[in-house]
Amino acid sequence: MKVLSKIYSTLIFIFLYAPILVLVVFSFNDTETGSRTIWSGFTLKWYKMLFEDRLLLEALTNTLIIAIVTAIISTVLGTMAAIGINAMNKKAKKAMLTATNLPMVNPEIVTGVSLMLLFVFFVKIFGGKSLGMASLIAAHITFCLPYVILNVLPKLRQMNPNLYEAAQDLGCTPFKAFYKVVLPEIMPGITTGFIMSLTLSIDDFVISYFTSGTTQTLPIYIYSMTRKRISPEINALSTLLFAVILILLIIVNVRNSKDKKEGKAR
Amino acid sequence: MKKYSKILAVLFSFLILFSSLTFCVTADELSEDEAAPLTGVTINVYNWGEYISNGTDGSLDVNAEFTRRTGIQVNYTTFDSNESLYSKLAGGGADYDVIIPSEYMVSKLINEGMLHELDFNNIPNFQYIDEKFRDPAYDPECKHSVPYTWGLVGIFYNKDHIKEAPTSWEILWDEQYSGKILMFDNPRDAFAIAFSRLGFSLNSTDANHWEEAAMLLKEQKPLVQAYVMDQIFDKMESGEAWLAPYYSGDAGTLVDNNEHIGFIFPEEGTNYFVDSMCIPITSTHKAEAEAYINFMCDPEIAGANMDFVGYSTPISAAKEYLSEEAVNNEIFYPSEETLSKTEAFTTLPDDISTLLDSLWAEVKMGGPGDSLTLILIIAVFLAIYIWIIIHKRLKRKRELM
Repeated sequence: MKVLSKIYSTLIFIFLYAPILVLVVFSFNDTETGSRTIWSGFTLKWYKMLFEDRLLLEALTNTLIIAIVTAIISTVLGTMAAIGINAMNKKAKKAMLTATNLPMVNPEIVTGVSLMLLFVFFVKIFGGKSLGMASLIAAHITFCLPYVILNVLPKLRQMNPNLYEAAQDLGCTPFKAFYKVVLPEIMPGITTGFIMSLTLSIDDFVISYFTSGTTQTLPIYIYSMTRKRISPEINALSTLLFAVILILLIIVNVRNSKDKKEGKAR
Repeated sequence: MKKYSKILAVLFSFLILFSSLTFCVTADELSEDEAAPLTGVTINVYNWGEYISNGTDGSLDVNAEFTRRTGIQVNYTTFDSNESLYSKLAGGGADYDVIIPSEYMVSKLINEGMLHELDFNNIPNFQYIDEKFRDPAYDPECKHSVPYTWGLVGIFYNKDHIKEAPTSWEILWDEQYSGKILMFDNPRDAFAIAFSRLGFSLNSTDANHWEEAAMLLKEQKPLVQAYVMDQIFDKMESGEAWLAPYYSGDAGTLVDNNEHIGFIFPEEGTNYFVDSMCIPITSTHKAEAEAYINFMCDPEIAGANMDFVGYSTPISAAKEYLSEEAVNNEIFYPSEETLSKTEAFTTLPDDISTLLDSLWAEVKMGGPGDSLTLILIIAVFLAIYIWIIIHKRLKRKRELM
């Protein structure tokens, strides 16, 4: 039985990580044609080309700017919304939650097309020139908001509501009480919401495709390569992104276990 | 709490590092010597993906060179198909200044009044365009478009398994190679092959011709391994597939680097395509857009560009800047005899293009996409839903009793 469970978990891990492994391996493939299936030697040229490819780097920069701005704005808005919703009575809360969750369950393509129509309409009215960075960010905030709200609300529910009042009794102004007492309590929810918004925004394709105007994000750039072939530069870029995230996770976990040990020692 | 702020701190520093790195690279390239002062105008260029020399691997960065010479900045973005270009233009909300669609899309855009007429006083380099490209059927007298690249559709084949070079489209219907054949995953190109085999015009407006071609494609379907686009490169190289029709411009890298792959133009004739530069009617920087088109027609630039892209140039003067091998290669610059048997697409009337869409769906799905299945699925879902509700009600009643 034990053997079986080991085999099972190995299979699951292979299933999860084999694609990433293949991607990493082929980012070092020395091929003239950009083959993704035939191994013909080790090279770092795709990494070199990656940093020479201005279009790719531009797309990457756009994606990162949009992701960060989106994550910040939607985290702030989402946290405020969650606090507001938490203070409502039961009926209003339910209605409000349904309304905010709608963008999440709505098929992306519907959200994308409707946002595009709306933005085009506004652009025409206000005499703007074209959709672009601003409309992309607005669109991304739309679909990130519900995730932030959903992450923050449970933390608010867990919190003892008397804490806030106690802080005020002890002489805090309402704002200070919020800052000193409520915020630290719900911080884990806020951070999760922030990170989720960041990743959702980075890899969104469908909605960006419709609302991007003349701005290009990384997913759209990669998709447009499909008439020729997706260049191993993309493998190299994905490998770098994956490595950074992996290192981050390791650092965080190592520190975490250290903190815990120290906590015990005390 | 502490843990999260650390993740964030590291994440941020990485992001900032990455973006500053990008800005550095861009800044370096722009501050080359003798750069023209920036005019403050940025034009939006929309081209196929990987269809321009971009400065990697020692090639010329065409857009940066344009900015250096003229001071006009370029916001360069890419698309994957003519259809997505069209939907972007028609949807509004994107003010492109230069677009590079294929010939049938050019004629569609002209018919719908979506293109500016070009002012050739601003495009003196048009003189370099070869005579035979100056009066195409899709845009008489080149009033709206300037050719960028051209090529033909041919067949890639695996020399190890197919000893004799094929000569005809018929080989794609040969049962010997069942399961080793690839086909285009786009209706216009797939039907063109059936039409070439049947000997009809690729732009036939006779519905019966289209039905007949669809029959032929359905007949072929059991033999086809997959309907793909860019995957043909991997599948051909690895030997997973032996026969695949594709564009000649992509033959360069594949044939030169793989001894076992050959490329031929079938004797029945084939499709000839031209991707042309045009200016959409919504453009607000027409003169700058024309400057860009003019720049692209400079033989030196066109040469450097084609060297990278691998397609054929309509500018003979540019061949000077290309390797002799490429210029003398039949694949890129086929003989007059081959060319005489080719035909370019023009736009189809609305009813035919609707027919094409439904026929293509039939070919790929193996039957008409009927609404009955859809209704059935919805009905099943509804039934389950209603059953759950009734079940719950009954349960509650029982509990109450």
